[in-house]
Amino acid sequence: MKAEKRKVKIAELDHLPKQIGKEVHVNGKSIALFHLENGAIRAIGSTCPHTNGPLAEGIVSGEYVFCPLKNWKVSLITGEVQKPDDGIVETYKTEIHDGFVYIEV
Amino acid sequence: MKRKLVMIGNGMAGVRCMEEILKRNREAFEITIIGDEPHPNYNRIMLSNVLQGKTEMKDINMNEWDWYKNNQITLYTDEKVIEIVPEKKEIKTDKGKRIDYDELIIATGSSAFILPIQGHQLEGVIGFRTIQDTEYMIETAKQYKKAVVIGGGLLGLEAARGLIDRGMDVYVVHLLPSLMEQQLDATAAKMLKKDLEAQGMKFLMEKQTTEIHGDGRVEGITFSDGTSIECDLVVMAVGIRPNIDLAKNAGLNINRGIIVNDFMQTSIPTIYAVGECSEHNGITYGLVAPLYEQGIALADHITEIKTNGYRGSILSTQLKVAGCDLFSGGQIHEDDDTQAIIVQDQFAGLYKKVLVKDNKVVGVVLYGDSSDGTRLFSMLKKGTDISAFTSAAVLQKAGEDAVGEMIAEMSAEETVCGCNGVTKGTIVQAILEQELNTYEEVKTCTKAGASCGKCRGVVEGILAHTLGDSFDAAAEKTGMCVCTTFTRDEVVAEIKAKGLQTPKEVRNVLGFINEEGCPTCRPALNYYMRMLRPEEYEDDKASRFVNERMEGNIQKDGTFSVIPRMYGGTTTGEELIRLGEVAKKYNVPLVKITGASRVGLYGVKKEDVPQVWEELGMRSGYAYSKSLRNVKSCVGSRFCRFGTQDALGLGIKLEKAIEMVDTPHKMKMGVSGCPRNCAEALTKDFGVICVENGFQLYLGGNGGTEVRECDSFITVKTEEEVVAMAKAYTQYYRETGIYNERTAPWIERIGAENIKEVLLNEKMSTELAASFDKAKNTYEEAWSNALHNKQKKDMFEIIKK
Repeated sequence: MKAEKRKVKIAELDHLPKQIGKEVHVNGKSIALFHLENGAIRAIGSTCPHTNGPLAEGIVSGEYVFCPLKNWKVSLITGEVQKPDDGIVETYKTEIHDGFVYIEV
Repeated sequence: MKRKLVMIGNGMAGVRCMEEILKRNREAFEITIIGDEPHPNYNRIMLSNVLQGKTEMKDINMNEWDWYKNNQITLYTDEKVIEIVPEKKEIKTDKGKRIDYDELIIATGSSAFILPIQGHQLEGVIGFRTIQDTEYMIETAKQYKKAVVIGGGLLGLEAARGLIDRGMDVYVVHLLPSLMEQQLDATAAKMLKKDLEAQGMKFLMEKQTTEIHGDGRVEGITFSDGTSIECDLVVMAVGIRPNIDLAKNAGLNINRGIIVNDFMQTSIPTIYAVGECSEHNGITYGLVAPLYEQGIALADHITEIKTNGYRGSILSTQLKVAGCDLFSGGQIHEDDDTQAIIVQDQFAGLYKKVLVKDNKVVGVVLYGDSSDGTRLFSMLKKGTDISAFTSAAVLQKAGEDAVGEMIAEMSAEETVCGCNGVTKGTIVQAILEQELNTYEEVKTCTKAGASCGKCRGVVEGILAHTLGDSFDAAAEKTGMCVCTTFTRDEVVAEIKAKGLQTPKEVRNVLGFINEEGCPTCRPALNYYMRMLRPEEYEDDKASRFVNERMEGNIQKDGTFSVIPRMYGGTTTGEELIRLGEVAKKYNVPLVKITGASRVGLYGVKKEDVPQVWEELGMRSGYAYSKSLRNVKSCVGSRFCRFGTQDALGLGIKLEKAIEMVDTPHKMKMGVSGCPRNCAEALTKDFGVICVENGFQLYLGGNGGTEVRECDSFITVKTEEEVVAMAKAYTQYYRETGIYNERTAPWIERIGAENIKEVLLNEKMSTELAASFDKAKNTYEEAWSNALHNKQKKDMFEIIKK
């Protein structure tokens, strides 16, 4: 059976500094939430497929985050690890409503 | 309040200078420019190309009207300044305006020198200097046939070629037996003359013009030998005269030009002069490259940036005439002190002469193939020792490797195109930003090579160097990261030169491929910015690697380490009890004495970190940082029977003096109380060995991946001297180190001798230590700072839903 997704209110947008990731735990899932320089909000699975590095702590540039452990480059849009490395992390839909950030989990 | 900066003259040198001033400080001045031509600033050098039909008049504007508007410059064109009144700090114009100034720049340029002979005022007699002159020649060529150009120098020959291209029959009259005598020796001049004759140019050599005759309009000229020829146009290209009347009437010191010092100040310090109207060290310049250099010196000075000022220029020349490939730079004629290396191939029409003095190139004359001009001229300017080359090798065409190396070594500020003042940095930026692929594109976009074209080879080299292949090993090696081909030194130089304020601005202006940088350049730029502007720049946490952002080392399971400061490895019973209690309360899985003589708590959960700090109530040990980690010391004379000095006390002093301040990489120091060296000071970034008569200092050691023993430096007498030297040394490393480079590779790269020389220079050493103190004043202890800052504290919080 496919689990039903729901929108979860996470935090006030203003409380999320730009380009610094935020670790979020929802329904037992660990998610890395990012407020990008261009104002967009992105959410992906928080562990890097390589050595389980905490992606929420990585350096963010444009639509990518770089794992703090081994510098793997992960797309915040598709969750795909960029070449020459391989792998993918889950992505989550996000929404901003009345100044609050929601993640669809 | 803004200072009023007024500039008389709206030409290349002046406006370029103004651009340099704006680059350095956009806010300091309220700017007014008064020019007597009816145009915005245009590229005078291009006029001969316009005349020769190679360029359109509309393409030679350098600053459009909008540029003045966008920079809030008040511009008056077609208006002449008639008086400077230094006592009132005021100028008067021919339209009755009075404009007051705080600082005044005279950039009135020069005028074509018109021979004061009979008939010089006749219709059809002109100089060659302005758009108006050029338009006049183009119009004349439509109606008349015969032209005479007086003067066989650079400008005269270019004008003559243009008039031929416009269909006129042209004689060049020259006073001396040899053309372009200031730039060419007799051999090259002969070859040039032959080629020009083949193009249809006719010469009357060793002829002195004595009279121009005609009734209203010129009809002919007569020479001192009594001969004469008929003509409908006379172009005087016999030199230029600096426009100095205004300065003279205002009482400024003048000679041939307006006399200026190394900062382009005239005899009244609030009045500057720049460009062709100025005279520096007895020399007035008429080529454009030196004028740009002067503009930079002036801009630095007026915006209070300390430099050595302008030091004069070595000139190089190229003729903008198709089919005559020549290059000349530096000294032209041999003398007793120089040796000439000469290669001549009469059949192929090639001639190369390099003048050498004390194993250095001092002059270059090339004819027939000037493609090596830039390389040789660069050797000349740099004073490269050529004793390693054989004579033939100096003249050998540089292989691709050598060109690549030369381009890699060029700084971003180095001018590639002297005619249009285009730097390497500008070209690289244009290639990257606008995705240019060919020389023609670069030329259109940046104007590099658009005038004389002698820089084509270098521009192509830069293209090859910049484009390469993004994964090209060579490109990665030279650029500071994948985002740019600029090296660390180039980036830092650009930040200083352009007064860039933020990493974002740096990436933007220097055309980084990734707008927001990459994990390599983000922390590096953040470091350079804070190093360069300790008091203004605010640290960007988002550009810090996680360890520095969170003020603790991230462990492989995502937990953190907490390692408090223990100066010189000392602690107290109280602290140890607190450490023990906190370790128990937060279930810290590992408590260990670290390699740097302190107690570390490993495996603290992220959300517990701030609590742990708070409950410990200790300072951060910066065990995660690129800054001083610790000073390892033995107990010294306090307890040890061999100890010669208070090594522990000095270690603590050093640690307190240097801690917290960002450095390019981590630093470790050591103080041993005697030569038995228990503190292992000889493999530290900065080591001290105490001896009976003082303190031996050691530099650049490393006990890491590649072990390096310190370079021995000096022995000083007092602890104060040790601390002062440590500050100066650390600051020099901060200012010249590449981000992520330990002192060991740094000292290898910069040279131990160089570093010692700087540190032993009392003035430099004092300044460095003062800069260090200034920077240190901007740092606050990290943990207490984070505990008092909600945003920083929040970074450790995990949102749970």
